[in-house]
Amino acid sequence: MIKIANVSKNYGDFKVLTDCTTSVSKGEVIVVCGPSGSGKSTLIKCVNGLEPFQAGEIIVDGTSVGDPKTNLSKLRARVGMVFQNFELFPHMSITQNLAIAQVKVLGRKQDEAMDKGLKLLDRVGLKAQANKFPGQLSGGQQQRVAIARALAMDPICMLFDEPTSALDPEMVNEVLDVMTELAQEGMTMMCVTHEMGFARRVANRVIFMDHGRIVEDDEKEAFFANPRSERAQQFLAKILHH
Amino acid sequence: MGYQWNWGVFFQPSATGDDTYLGWMFAGFKMTIGLSLSAWVIALLLGALVGVLRTVPNKLLAGIATAYVELFRNIPLLVQLFIWYFVLPELLPESLGNAFKQSHPVLQQFFASMVCLGLFTSARVAEQVRSGINSLPKGQKNAGLALGFTLPQTYRFVMLPMAFRLVVPPLTSEFLNIFKNSAVCSTIGLLELAAQGRQLVDYTAQPYESFIAVTLAYIAINVVVMTLMHKFERRIAVPGYIGGK
Amino acid sequence: MHDFDWSSIPGALPFLWDGMKISLVITLQAVVVGIVWGTLLAMMRLSSIKALSWFAAGYVNLFRAVPLVMVLLWFFLIVPEFVGQLFNIPKGTDMRLSSAMAGFALFEAAYYSEIIRAGIQSVSKGQMAAASALGMTYGQSMRLVVLPQAFRNMVPLLLTQAIILFQDTSLVYVSALADFFGAAYKVGDRDGRLVELLLFAGAVYFVICFSASQIVKRLQKKYHPA
Repeated sequence: MIKIANVSKNYGDFKVLTDCTTSVSKGEVIVVCGPSGSGKSTLIKCVNGLEPFQAGEIIVDGTSVGDPKTNLSKLRARVGMVFQNFELFPHMSITQNLAIAQVKVLGRKQDEAMDKGLKLLDRVGLKAQANKFPGQLSGGQQQRVAIARALAMDPICMLFDEPTSALDPEMVNEVLDVMTELAQEGMTMMCVTHEMGFARRVANRVIFMDHGRIVEDDEKEAFFANPRSERAQQFLAKILHH
Repeated sequence: MGYQWNWGVFFQPSATGDDTYLGWMFAGFKMTIGLSLSAWVIALLLGALVGVLRTVPNKLLAGIATAYVELFRNIPLLVQLFIWYFVLPELLPESLGNAFKQSHPVLQQFFASMVCLGLFTSARVAEQVRSGINSLPKGQKNAGLALGFTLPQTYRFVMLPMAFRLVVPPLTSEFLNIFKNSAVCSTIGLLELAAQGRQLVDYTAQPYESFIAVTLAYIAINVVVMTLMHKFERRIAVPGYIGGK
Repeated sequence: MHDFDWSSIPGALPFLWDGMKISLVITLQAVVVGIVWGTLLAMMRLSSIKALSWFAAGYVNLFRAVPLVMVLLWFFLIVPEFVGQLFNIPKGTDMRLSSAMAGFALFEAAYYSEIIRAGIQSVSKGQMAAASALGMTYGQSMRLVVLPQAFRNMVPLLLTQAIILFQDTSLVYVSALADFFGAAYKVGDRDGRLVELLLFAGAVYFVICFSASQIVKRLQKKYHPA
């Protein structure tokens, strides 16, 4: 589904990503972790072309992301993304947030988009909030709406960029529960997160990044039982003491 | 002091006989309003366009927009007005220049004033629009793109509606400025409020009454505009965000 | 098309320079008086004494509601006569420069006071509390703790306002005072070369104001690296 091959990216002399290679198959859940500044957020943003990269190739469902001839908007419409700061559109009600891209990008009818939005809103447990505005919801609720907004586009896979880091601790689980459910239904997911409990429960593989390189790319069990690199061991130790 | 106050002067027939002095003032008032509103339309349209261009990821377009803003911001309004009024007709192709110079003098004055005020203010509007767009969280643009919007769609549906709301309060002050700046147009002979005030001083020999009345008229414009804009701000407020409840 | 003839400019340079000196003098004194008076107004506005705060609010709102041209006309046509009668100044004394300076200073003070008020308010309340906790009086806390921080934050805005003020000095045209713009206009009018002189004046203003604003931008980056 997603193939990342030898991807490198730099801002001037500063190397953000160096020679990253990995892949995500259909139905797989991959967790990407690593210390801050390790390039994990940048890598996931390269997947749907929000960040350009200088070398290597990323193929999503047969389409090359780096190819200047690719219609990135079309590709992005098929790849769902959830952001650290939710990024709901503050000037639109929750239902408008859910419907706007369905109508303007996919060309669905307004009613159809509303129905679909409400169904998904119900699924993330927020049907009662349909007519509110993002600013009136808690962080956890906003993030669940953001997930529903991405799902409304019927994505072939979902990218999560630290979806719980901006949340108060008591709200983390409501978001992780929605993500877990999604994983169990077979959604292809690539998640940048520090939530190791989530990784243990649902991930197929764990990727550990440091200084812009993919240091480990392992089956979940192998990663947690016996991380090969010293950096990953330190990272896991630190996370546990959090 | 020996000054004879006479507020009744406004109801006396004017020197030209066809109107009262109050009528003169009212004519100036209408001119100030008409000029300011028509210049404001130009300023908003051009300012929004130039402000957006300053934020687009295209060096050439952004550069042109920056040059535009710098040009209109760094030359005094009075000098710009004189250039529009005295210089431009000379630089136009002869037929066009002559057509301008042969049109009705009031039309010439009004046209030069409107274009001048409009462009001058558009540079300021552009700066406000740009800073409104830049003050949006960067993730908003990414979120729009990630949903499959094109860049123009992202501006239209995601960034501009929010930037517009952020920009209304500073635009209110630019809107007030355009009324105040319109007084500069008295220098090329346009009979707006300040110019009528000056005329009243000359004709009535009641300088205090004349100037107090004109000054009060400007204050009234100010109060009315502020009240309307506050109402407008409350109407467009976003629930849960700045200004919203 | 217009045939350009720039030959009247070189000979007129000394006259234009005299005009520029007037523009600069008005700017400079209005900046200095405006900042001093503006600071006082800002402190009055923020003071807990109602009468002071109302006076300052009234003053600032009045001057901000009225066009500068109107203020200058007041100070050109009405104030000199009033002051002349008050102090028995002989009729016909040329008070244009001093009344223009007074008009600018009083007008600009209203704008400066708003910048300064925002600056004072941008210094956190904790600073005032900390100063009071150390036993400083209100005046001492303001003078030693709050104002120094506020002014550092405000320098770019104060300078930008000074550039706007410099541009606005051209409006003394309404009192027929020969500042730089007035001088340029006079020369152009005399020689029938208005087009060239107006373009020249515009270019001079542009070069001065653009350079000054670039310097302000650089200062801003140096002190507030964002």
